[in-house]
Amino acid sequence: MKNKNTLKRLLSFIKDYKILLYMALLCSAINIIFTLWTPVLIGQAIDQMIGKHEVHFMILYKKIAMIIFSVIMTSLFSYLVMRLSNTMTYNITRDFRKALFKQYHQLPLKFIDASSHGDLMSRMIADIDLISDGLLQGFTNLFAGIMTIIGTIVFMLMINVKIALIVIILTPLSLAVSSIIATKTYKYFQEQLKIRGELSGFVEEMIGNQKVVKAFSHEEENKENFNEINHRLFISGVKSQFLGALINPTTRVVNSIVYGSVCIFGAFSVLGGGLTIGALSSFLTYANQYTKPFNDISNVFTQLETALACADRVFNILDEQPLVECPHPKTIENPRGSIHIEDVTFSYKEDQELIKDFNLHVHPGQTIAIVGPTGCGKTTLINLLMRFYEPRLGSISIDGINIQDMTRKDMRSLYGMVLQDTWLFKGTIKDNIAFGKEDATLEEIIEASKKAHAHGFIEKLKDGYNAMLSEEGANLSNGQRQLLCIARIMLANPPMLILDEATSSIDTRTERQIQDAFDTMMKGRTTFIVAHRLSTIQKANQIVVMKEGHIVEQGTHEQLLKQNGFYHTLYYSQFDTE
Amino acid sequence: MYWKKCIKPYRWQAIIGFFFKMTEALFELCVPMAVARVIDYGVAKNDPQMIMKMAWVLFGLAIGGYCCAIVCQYFASLSSQGFGTIMRREMFNAINDYDYDNLDEMGTPTLITRITNDVNQLQDLVAMTIRLVSRSPFLIIGSLVAAFMINVQIALIFLIISPMIAFSIYWIMSHTQPLYRKIQSILDEVSSLTRENLSGVRVIRAFNKQKEEYQRFEETIDRQTYTQRHAGNLAALLNPATTVIVNLGIILILYVGGIKINAGSLTQGEVIALINYMNQILLSMYVFSNVILLYIKGSASYKRVVEVLDMHSSIIEGHESPTQNEEMIRFDHVSFSYKEGQALSDVSFVVNKNETIGIIGGTGAGKTSLVSLIPRFYDATTGKIYIKGKPISSYKFKSLRQLIGYVPQSAVLFKGSIRSNLLWGNKKASNKDIEKALEVSQAKEFVDKIGLDATIEAYGKNVSGGQRQRLTIARAIVKNPEILILDDSASALDFATDAKLRKALKTLDTTTLIVSQRVSSIAHADKIIVLRHGEIVGIGTHDQLLKDCQVYQEIVQSQSEGDHHEK
Repeated sequence: MKNKNTLKRLLSFIKDYKILLYMALLCSAINIIFTLWTPVLIGQAIDQMIGKHEVHFMILYKKIAMIIFSVIMTSLFSYLVMRLSNTMTYNITRDFRKALFKQYHQLPLKFIDASSHGDLMSRMIADIDLISDGLLQGFTNLFAGIMTIIGTIVFMLMINVKIALIVIILTPLSLAVSSIIATKTYKYFQEQLKIRGELSGFVEEMIGNQKVVKAFSHEEENKENFNEINHRLFISGVKSQFLGALINPTTRVVNSIVYGSVCIFGAFSVLGGGLTIGALSSFLTYANQYTKPFNDISNVFTQLETALACADRVFNILDEQPLVECPHPKTIENPRGSIHIEDVTFSYKEDQELIKDFNLHVHPGQTIAIVGPTGCGKTTLINLLMRFYEPRLGSISIDGINIQDMTRKDMRSLYGMVLQDTWLFKGTIKDNIAFGKEDATLEEIIEASKKAHAHGFIEKLKDGYNAMLSEEGANLSNGQRQLLCIARIMLANPPMLILDEATSSIDTRTERQIQDAFDTMMKGRTTFIVAHRLSTIQKANQIVVMKEGHIVEQGTHEQLLKQNGFYHTLYYSQFDTE
Repeated sequence: MYWKKCIKPYRWQAIIGFFFKMTEALFELCVPMAVARVIDYGVAKNDPQMIMKMAWVLFGLAIGGYCCAIVCQYFASLSSQGFGTIMRREMFNAINDYDYDNLDEMGTPTLITRITNDVNQLQDLVAMTIRLVSRSPFLIIGSLVAAFMINVQIALIFLIISPMIAFSIYWIMSHTQPLYRKIQSILDEVSSLTRENLSGVRVIRAFNKQKEEYQRFEETIDRQTYTQRHAGNLAALLNPATTVIVNLGIILILYVGGIKINAGSLTQGEVIALINYMNQILLSMYVFSNVILLYIKGSASYKRVVEVLDMHSSIIEGHESPTQNEEMIRFDHVSFSYKEGQALSDVSFVVNKNETIGIIGGTGAGKTSLVSLIPRFYDATTGKIYIKGKPISSYKFKSLRQLIGYVPQSAVLFKGSIRSNLLWGNKKASNKDIEKALEVSQAKEFVDKIGLDATIEAYGKNVSGGQRQRLTIARAIVKNPEILILDDSASALDFATDAKLRKALKTLDTTTLIVSQRVSSIAHADKIIVLRHGEIVGIGTHDQLLKDCQVYQEIVQSQSEGDHHEK
């Protein structure tokens, strides 16, 4: 049983809060006993006032005092139950989120790239929320529900067996009725959900592409299509809402009938002398409240089911094998930047070999250009160099040490990486630049920014280096963001570089600044550069030509031209105007 | 008042629903009275017949209430769903008439949540209003009235206790609501941190920043847990507080009731009824407080819906149709700015019939803005644009856009088939027209392979970028437009296909505007417009511009062997 295992693992998360859980259950039990005792006391109090000159004040006051005590106990313990379960719930939610976040950092990129980020996010946010809602509140409700039912039955049997049996036997009727309606409506709710999905899909497609809709004067057709879906949603909505709304009155009518029966049967029992009026009043209170725990419990089960499904999704990720580091890592003291790629074979999918027997020897300070049309898979090579992915066969070594024998941390700190797809976080410009060197002084940061041609525009910002960037740096232009990323590398000053040249998303002036910054940076450093400009390519010591994910050719500019292959075609189409 | 408009066609249904709910509540209020009669007249006076009579009353009340409830639910469903349906229709119509400025301001994702989630919320609110808003205040007031009918002095206890319950609910809600909002905003932080860490996973790992990022996350999540517990503990007071208050009321009833019974002015059954009414008030107040929460949520939703309905396009339609004219397009000192800033300044040029015009410049130079003005996606801020001799503002939208075949920068197709997509341009297009368009757009080869009726998923996700681009070009050609605008629409094509496409386009009888970043795509044009920071810095043929336009020279050089800025 999958569910059983999930449940077990969930319980292991609760383990740290075991004491809290036991205390919550104990308080809940006490709370329920007093909650149920109060109507009995009220009934007994009523029995003391039979009629004119027949009120036993002494006993009445004693009963009232007991009611006060019972109410105080009820309130106190119900407050304690809530507090304890709050503490437990929110702490467990926190533990879950922390564990999941940590795991996201430890998972191989292969996993993260293959998953939709939206999905990973919803596991972090929505799923964990549902776990805490459903499971933990569910537990207390389930326990409280069962306790209440048992307690009510015991109290009722103690007062009068026959009437107790009426309540015990008739009440489940209302549950049966409501569950029958619920199953019947399920189909309609599903249908409604489907049409709603259809509607939002349609709206998304048409609003998202309003330009095309307008250009082709398609507005009227859209209105018609929308109205058609909208009408279907109306019909199905009325049906499902009406049927769904029947549950409540139906259970209520069953309850009213139970209530009436208790009242009438009770009245005859009082006449027969087997019952007091006060006891009858206690019974009436019980009859009114008896359905509630049943409803609570049935709600708990649906909540539990959702919670378990969500927990399953979270555990699936926590169960993924995180990255492991080699046990005895080597380090490089004074990196020179020679890289040897030997017989590397790599593929993302088993059946689709992208790189086969790839060899490349890079001497310190050399520049390697990676060229190819857009989408040719240049990132694949970067993925391998940075050890975001592991080659299937072969090895990559830096200064004679296999990168798999180093920690990822040490190995990655040897590279500085600037990609076109820039990444900045929410924080000040200063912090963003100092990302690679936390202890940098402001002078160092300004120095690096100047080298990266970023100083000019930073100074013009309202708060200069202390200006806040919004999420993903959306308030800067693409070019400016890239300059910041370059400044970041300038500051970190790594021995080797991985760069991605700008294609077209930047205006000519900024592009020139970035280019200058790149050139400064590349001096004396081993550099891998995804190149678009001819000058970069011509100056490169070696060129790797990629196409559709494969490395197709490799060599110097002259060698490749002479081969008259793909590079030749690419070169002449891209760099020749006519 | 949009809600009035949306509920109006269903106002009678709503009123009927409301009425039946009231009737049901009235029945419910009678129950404790009937029980009191059973005790005071049936039991106390030993009258089994009275008890039997009351049995029928009790069951009658139950069944009658049930029938009323069913009728109410039916009309509530009808009117709330009808309300939502009309609201969705109104919103979609409003959005359909938006111009691009409006859409940019709103953004697609929020429009979708508004038309689905927010309308749902309001729809529920209408149903709840009919079902609960009438019921709970009615029950509260009814219980009070019933208490007064039984005994005026004891009813005074109700007058003290009820406001106390109401106040304690209000106090706790008004203190927890801001906390819940704060929790939500921290949760947003958590989610944006997660997103940032997923999208930046390579950079974070490249810089070995996992630990620091985790600390940032930990700080936020701890803050959330703290606030949650704070809010939770405050909310935990609600139940105990109201329990204490309502039982205080019951104790007072027992105490005063005892004295009154002893004096002979009250009966046992009446005490039981009073206790029932007291409990009823508490329950109703709980329900009512939930309705208030629903209204708070609903008013936010309503505000968001009204924003959608209140927004109108500032682009006003004319009523003319085009006539024959040799001059196709004229820009006369046109300037245009978005909210964020100037996009075009003082642009003037003329395009004659059947000319091919190239438009080139870096990103942000204003190329897309320029061509977006022609079909009136936006209106120029100053200056005028003429098509076929008439200002474009004088045309009907339909007749203006009928002239233009527009291929947008992002190639999108719609759910359906290849054929249904191509027919967007011209519903009556024959197979021959389609064939021809496919041929020109270089799409024939792959369409022949999969067939015209091949399925296209939303956005055209199931065909490759290059294929999609060619299909969007074909879609525009099927329209047989007089003006064809290609906004950087060949970027995913390889150079050979691009060249073939250009050659084929020349055979069409259209005026063509090609926007591109590639010199090779526009070098052959009759006229090239060079844009830089929203200004025209050169107009002419490739050769002319090479001679006397510095910006053009720079572009050409940077794309060929332009190393002039290297030292």
